[in-house]
Amino acid sequence: MIEKDIDEQIKWAKINADVLRSMENPRRAYWITFFICIAMMACAVTAEIYQYNTGMGVTNLNNPHMWDMYIATFVFWIGMSHSGTLLSAILHIIHADWRKPIYRFAEAMTTFSLMTAGFFPMIHLGRVWNLYWVLPYVSDRGHWPNFRSPLVWDAFAISTYLSASMLFLFIGMIPDLAICRDNARGWRRKIYTVLSLGWVGSDRQWRNFRKTYLLMACFLIPLAVSVHSIVSSDFAMSIMPGWHVTSFPPYFVAGALYSGCAAIITLFVMLRYYFRFEEYMTVAIMEKTAKLTFAIAMVWTYLNLIEFASTWYGHDIYAKELLIAKATGPYAWIFWTMLFCGMVVPFALAVEKFRRHMPTMFVVSLLLNLSMYFERWMIVAPTLSMAHDPHQWYIEWPSIVQWAIVFGSFGWFGLLFLVFVKVFPSVSMYEVKEMVFHRRRLVNENAAKEYSRRASDRKGAGGTPELKGA
Amino acid sequence: MSLQNILENWSKYRRGAEEGGHHKYEHRWGMAINLDLCIGCNACSTACYAENNLAVVGKERFAKGQAMHWLRVERYWDESINTTSSVAPEYPEEGASFLPMMCQQCNSATCEPVCPVAATYHTPDGLNAQVYNRCIGSRYCSNNCPFRNRYFNFYSYYESAWPEPMNQQLNPDLSVRDKGVMEKCTFCVQRIRAAKDKAKMEDRKVQDGEFTTACAQACPTSAIVFGDRLDPESKVAKLWAQQEVKLGVYKQHKQNPEKRGYRIFEELNIDPSVMYMERVRDSSI
Repeated sequence: MIEKDIDEQIKWAKINADVLRSMENPRRAYWITFFICIAMMACAVTAEIYQYNTGMGVTNLNNPHMWDMYIATFVFWIGMSHSGTLLSAILHIIHADWRKPIYRFAEAMTTFSLMTAGFFPMIHLGRVWNLYWVLPYVSDRGHWPNFRSPLVWDAFAISTYLSASMLFLFIGMIPDLAICRDNARGWRRKIYTVLSLGWVGSDRQWRNFRKTYLLMACFLIPLAVSVHSIVSSDFAMSIMPGWHVTSFPPYFVAGALYSGCAAIITLFVMLRYYFRFEEYMTVAIMEKTAKLTFAIAMVWTYLNLIEFASTWYGHDIYAKELLIAKATGPYAWIFWTMLFCGMVVPFALAVEKFRRHMPTMFVVSLLLNLSMYFERWMIVAPTLSMAHDPHQWYIEWPSIVQWAIVFGSFGWFGLLFLVFVKVFPSVSMYEVKEMVFHRRRLVNENAAKEYSRRASDRKGAGGTPELKGA
Repeated sequence: MSLQNILENWSKYRRGAEEGGHHKYEHRWGMAINLDLCIGCNACSTACYAENNLAVVGKERFAKGQAMHWLRVERYWDESINTTSSVAPEYPEEGASFLPMMCQQCNSATCEPVCPVAATYHTPDGLNAQVYNRCIGSRYCSNNCPFRNRYFNFYSYYESAWPEPMNQQLNPDLSVRDKGVMEKCTFCVQRIRAAKDKAKMEDRKVQDGEFTTACAQACPTSAIVFGDRLDPESKVAKLWAQQEVKLGVYKQHKQNPEKRGYRIFEELNIDPSVMYMERVRDSSI
């Protein structure tokens, strides 16, 4: 079914009004969710204080099982952050303009999931108060971190990615913040005045803005790919069976995009329902997002099968035994749930009827992310439980402390997101206007002719007409 | 270092690890453990607890796998014994073999490159050293150890493990570790240090047999032999030579395949410094 991504008759003022409306007067459901998130965080803080005072032993970690749910959750959150970059940077560069109404919250998700992920390496450290030792700070004792260690690369990669994606989120919001400034009163007006950096929408400002935005997008894409590759080298650089896998970097990046796209669908449905954004987050855009997710799901499936095949036909007996143990041992139920939810469930996205049905998409996206969480668990835990030395085979499940902290991390993410949607516009106003502007011109034949005439005219080509519309 | 130099001497640099890497080794401490002599009495493990201030963690934590034994005696049973009896018990009466497992002081140790703060490194003695004060407890080293021979202080033990007056029996030659720090067998580095200092004072080389590790000292059957692999006259070097086991290779090429010496997981190219000698089984058992 060919359908419009967005109604091109929508008025500028209506776009502004709808988005600004979403930022004011939280309803009761908002406050309930808000306090649930705070309660979840309180669980995590309590658990962390207990763990900090008592020692890492309260997490049920033990000798073969030195890493556990913390690291799995860390990888999960890092993975979630990738789709924001996919939507805002990659799709920006390839001119897929259907991303415009939904990229802002995806980009926010990137930043917030990175801020969540960043906690986990700290929580899991035995002596977190010495965390800064992994950074190459100037020390009069001449101490440096070990640059060969993937954990040091992690520290660099994640902090770079976090700062770059925050900056990207902010830059992309400047024209919208100016709209907010013009419509706000009181403390909000003061904040937006500072944040919009004196934006008046002049030609020169737009030109500089475009350049900066494109530059940041180009900068962010290799960064996003490298971050998850580096996270994968935490495992791939080791010699452990099941970790020492050459295909891990692309496998991790594919998994990251997969879980991120699934999370975008989840938040898409929630925002659409909650803010009544039906006119912007349309079914047609959902369809496109779902198709994208399906394609990534198939890439992930392929890389998964590659990993199994290369282990099966390889000569590493430890890795092969581990693969068999994963499929038949105590972790088998997780393994098969992961494969079912990650490889079979995405086929629901191939059915148009399901793609157009929001509740189904919501459930499917949650199942996909469940699969991706299990995938991370299956990477971290079984290798440690069943590595080289059979004397040190030991199955251990996380304690309530780990569960509480992981649970609380979702509360923290939710809290950041809830604050974001009320303080910043979660739909990009100026880019939706751009999109509508293009569509209008395409509908109106005369305007289309005029457009192509101006595009072919070298003199006129400089003044990109769409900029004046925003 | 010029490009010319790299191109010409590349093979030499590549071979470096096999000939001891780029370290100027003063000693290369090593062990030879005769499993045929091991009776599984755990005296070595106990001696290690006493010598190295290891915390006694208690039953529950031990069962949880949070024990701190730098030297553990692994028990294995012959498969043939288990299959012949109709109901195979978990711990059969006969057919057990024991394997004292301590840090193998690998010469290309996998734990070393992964530490984010370089808390574990290789000494000119061929030891894999752990700097407790530098450790931040990321536990990556332990994850990358195929032997799982690195032990983490999951709790703080300096108050609970040695109540008064037991703290008086702590060895003053080394520290008591706090929570959040990784630790492991050091080949009794404090004894090595003392012997080297004494030899230096007397202006001589360290003699073979002048000192030994706590486990080797406590072993009633002398199954564990410790010494300097660089000293061709040392007992350990002779044993290695006798068993035709070499350092710096991932596969031993023996003239006589009857020789029992082997190194555990040497095919992972980690180059362990401990040689084990296979147990000789009477075929009737």
